[in-house]
Amino acid sequence: MALLAVRDLSIDIAGIKPLDGIGFAVDKGEILGIVGESGSGKSLTALTVMGLLPLIGGRVARGSIRFDGTELTTLPEPDFRRLRGRRIAFITQNPMTSLDPVMRVGAQIDQVSRLHLGLDAKAAQARSIALMERLRLPSAATVYHHYPHQLSGGMKQRIVIAMALAADPDLIIADEPTTALDVTIQAQIVQLLVELVRDRGVALILITHDMGVVAQACDRVVVLYAGRVAESHGVQAIFAAPRHPYTQALIRCIPRDGMAPGSLAGIPGSVPSVANYPAGCRFHPRCDRAGAPCAATVPPLEHLPSGAEVACHFAETREVANA
Amino acid sequence: MLSYALRRLLLLVPVFFAISAIVFLIIHLVPGDPLDSLARIGSSPEQKQAIAARYGLDKPLLEQYFLWLGRLLQGDLGTAIVLRRPVADLVAQSLPYSLALGGLALLFSSVFGILAGLVAAIYKETRIDQGIMAGILFGSTLPSFWLGLLLILIFAVQLGWFPVSGARNWTALVLPVLTIGLGGTALVARVTRTAMLETAQKDFVLLLHAKGLPALRIQLRHVLRHALMPVVTILGLRIGWILGGAVTVEFVFARPGLGTLLIRGLNQHDYPVVQACLLMLAMAVMLGTLIGDLAQAAMDPRVRSALQ
Amino acid sequence: MSADTAITARRADFRRSVAAKVMLTPKGGIAGAYLILLVLLALFAPWIAPYPYDAQNLKIASQAPSLANWLGTDEFGRDVLSRIIYGARTSLSVSVTAISVSVFVGMALGAAAGYFGGLFDRAVTTIVDLSWSFPEILLALILVAIIGPGLHSTMFAIGIAYLAQFTRLTRAQILSLKGETYVEATINLGASHGHIVFRHLMPNALAPVIVCGMLATGDAIILEATLGFFGLGAQPPVPSWGAMMSSGSALIFKAPWIIIFPGLVVAVTVIAINLFGDALIRALDIRARLREG
Repeated sequence: MALLAVRDLSIDIAGIKPLDGIGFAVDKGEILGIVGESGSGKSLTALTVMGLLPLIGGRVARGSIRFDGTELTTLPEPDFRRLRGRRIAFITQNPMTSLDPVMRVGAQIDQVSRLHLGLDAKAAQARSIALMERLRLPSAATVYHHYPHQLSGGMKQRIVIAMALAADPDLIIADEPTTALDVTIQAQIVQLLVELVRDRGVALILITHDMGVVAQACDRVVVLYAGRVAESHGVQAIFAAPRHPYTQALIRCIPRDGMAPGSLAGIPGSVPSVANYPAGCRFHPRCDRAGAPCAATVPPLEHLPSGAEVACHFAETREVANA
Repeated sequence: MLSYALRRLLLLVPVFFAISAIVFLIIHLVPGDPLDSLARIGSSPEQKQAIAARYGLDKPLLEQYFLWLGRLLQGDLGTAIVLRRPVADLVAQSLPYSLALGGLALLFSSVFGILAGLVAAIYKETRIDQGIMAGILFGSTLPSFWLGLLLILIFAVQLGWFPVSGARNWTALVLPVLTIGLGGTALVARVTRTAMLETAQKDFVLLLHAKGLPALRIQLRHVLRHALMPVVTILGLRIGWILGGAVTVEFVFARPGLGTLLIRGLNQHDYPVVQACLLMLAMAVMLGTLIGDLAQAAMDPRVRSALQ
Repeated sequence: MSADTAITARRADFRRSVAAKVMLTPKGGIAGAYLILLVLLALFAPWIAPYPYDAQNLKIASQAPSLANWLGTDEFGRDVLSRIIYGARTSLSVSVTAISVSVFVGMALGAAAGYFGGLFDRAVTTIVDLSWSFPEILLALILVAIIGPGLHSTMFAIGIAYLAQFTRLTRAQILSLKGETYVEATINLGASHGHIVFRHLMPNALAPVIVCGMLATGDAIILEATLGFFGLGAQPPVPSWGAMMSSGSALIFKAPWIIIFPGLVVAVTVIAINLFGDALIRALDIRARLREG
């Protein structure tokens, strides 16, 4: 039984359905990548698992989210609140805007351990500074008293990570944790997250649009397109033999050493907005392999013996064992 | 921060000169000769000339201004023409009444405005919010003199709870404070609500929710804290607006404040009194803006460190 | 269909759609209907008002509302309802005229300051900033008192009191539009100043300034009433809402209706203008741009 299991999840925001029957699972000590372009529903997935959908006026329409034996879709808000920050932690997309600008960063980390672990001010401070040091923040005891605007983007993201770790959660959801950072810092942050998972045995959901990050960090990956799962499999297998045309296109977008200038591929077109989802397979207008059934019928998500899942009428059928 | 405050205070000096020039020009350049109002109807040209000489009105405008400014800097605001008393005395006498009224009205507007805005923002798009917003719209569109008269009619005449007019004791302050304060409350509530709803959209608020903090604590401790920064700035900017309201309200309630003095000066064409009152009110507005800016800077660590 | 008629047709469509957006919202619709009704009442006052505004009848002085005089009579026995209807002529025409002229002059000053910059801009900005230290109501009160009471000086004072606001807003609009790529491109192509200002800048700066003027008209009605209350506005026997309350304030204990009803009409009218303005802001989607001022 996985720590978190999402099944057939659909959500409704003001009458539109930006997520339609998605599913995935993640276990302790495992890193699950959720990949897709912007507009594919990655961030909404994070928000839904965190139980924060009502904040933007949305609700779960169908499906289940089970976390350590508890059904989250029907969990009353007061109980859910005690779970957030305590057992399920969140790392947001943009560290520049994710910290309260008028509160010292140390106090913002303290909030979590004081609230959930009942620590007093002194114990919380000691814990926060220890965490900051563990996250390799230079002169942590000084930075503790700084305001967010006095820190660099990478430092801020470490503060956000420290906040996520402050109550020893079992599951961390990181929504594009490196997008807003410099390339050199990006690798450091990803490395840090990987270390945390290995050391502490937490489960990590890493949401990203970057297949390069997936290859670097994840164990398994779910590819989302326009609110549906396109494909999911182990990372090595998916890179070795992507089945869905969208996955293949995403992999072609990774820049590699020794590439000829100008040879980097893009995917023509863009993800349709929720209001304009096409009938049938939502990827078919951009797909070079689309045929007659694609515009008419939704391809079902097929479970292959290898553990791969793919939703495409013309999926690659070559089997590759996940090494 | 302290040096910034001092710098801003020093900047008020040239502003003071500019304002004094404007006040002087308003009285002397706008059609309508102060001399006409001084001389009685039917005065002979000789009599007029004598009066002009007595008040220095026969000198060139620029010279008049510098004479006036010179005396002003020594604290001499001139002599009231009709009341025949030093204007400085008149101002000193009425200022405490206006300060009490303006200060209490400001306090009233801040407390109730922030409270109403907070409640409206927390219960956004519910009946409670709509009710508060309707009250705000109504409160901000009533002419203050009319509201004052209405309050007198209800609470002083019908119910007899407060005196109709005057300034004998604190009960006489209740209705004037309410009259000015209701308009101010509407303004503050509107700004508070908008600022809170805008702040609630920010990324950091989402993360606070993700940390598991109770929603009410997020609203009070974080969202309101942010919303107060624009509110403080607006309050500083709108001190003048409150003072402007105070002028008419003092008149309605016959309170012996600066506003009543100004209206009386205007009716009696007592231009030294008018000049002094205008100058005091304009400087109060400038000070209000300054205090608002400083308070906002003190509340925001980003601004604080930008000023280092 | 030539290109020009196509453009004209498209503009008409746009206007129709904005009007529709405003009038179809419940608040905007009710407010708009009220304002149209008020304007019609003012225009056709002699045919609508039950009595002439100056028909005195001391036998029925200061009478409470009755079937004959729905809103009562004033101290000279004149019908309050009739005077409110006639008063709408004065109050509306004074406010609308004053604000229109003020908007026009403010736009010219603001556009020139924002577009040409330099010393002229510095002078305009300084004066505008300084005028912030004189609350509108004080400025208007003093101007009217010095020039002498009456409707013309009331208009002049209201216009001056709001001039800074429109100048500031127009200048801010022009400055932000000047930074737009398409305007920079036009400037680089060597277009004339007139072409840039009147073809590209002003049309885009227009909407926020006009909406701001519309909202200021509400304030101007209050200001006119206040000046009238101090006996500085319309002179007897010309009825204006403010002047009615001025003469009524002496009788507030004996005949409160003389002052209550004109005040209510002022409040409702200003609320209607605000609601209509809000609906307009929403329909034009210019909330953010109004804040630039």
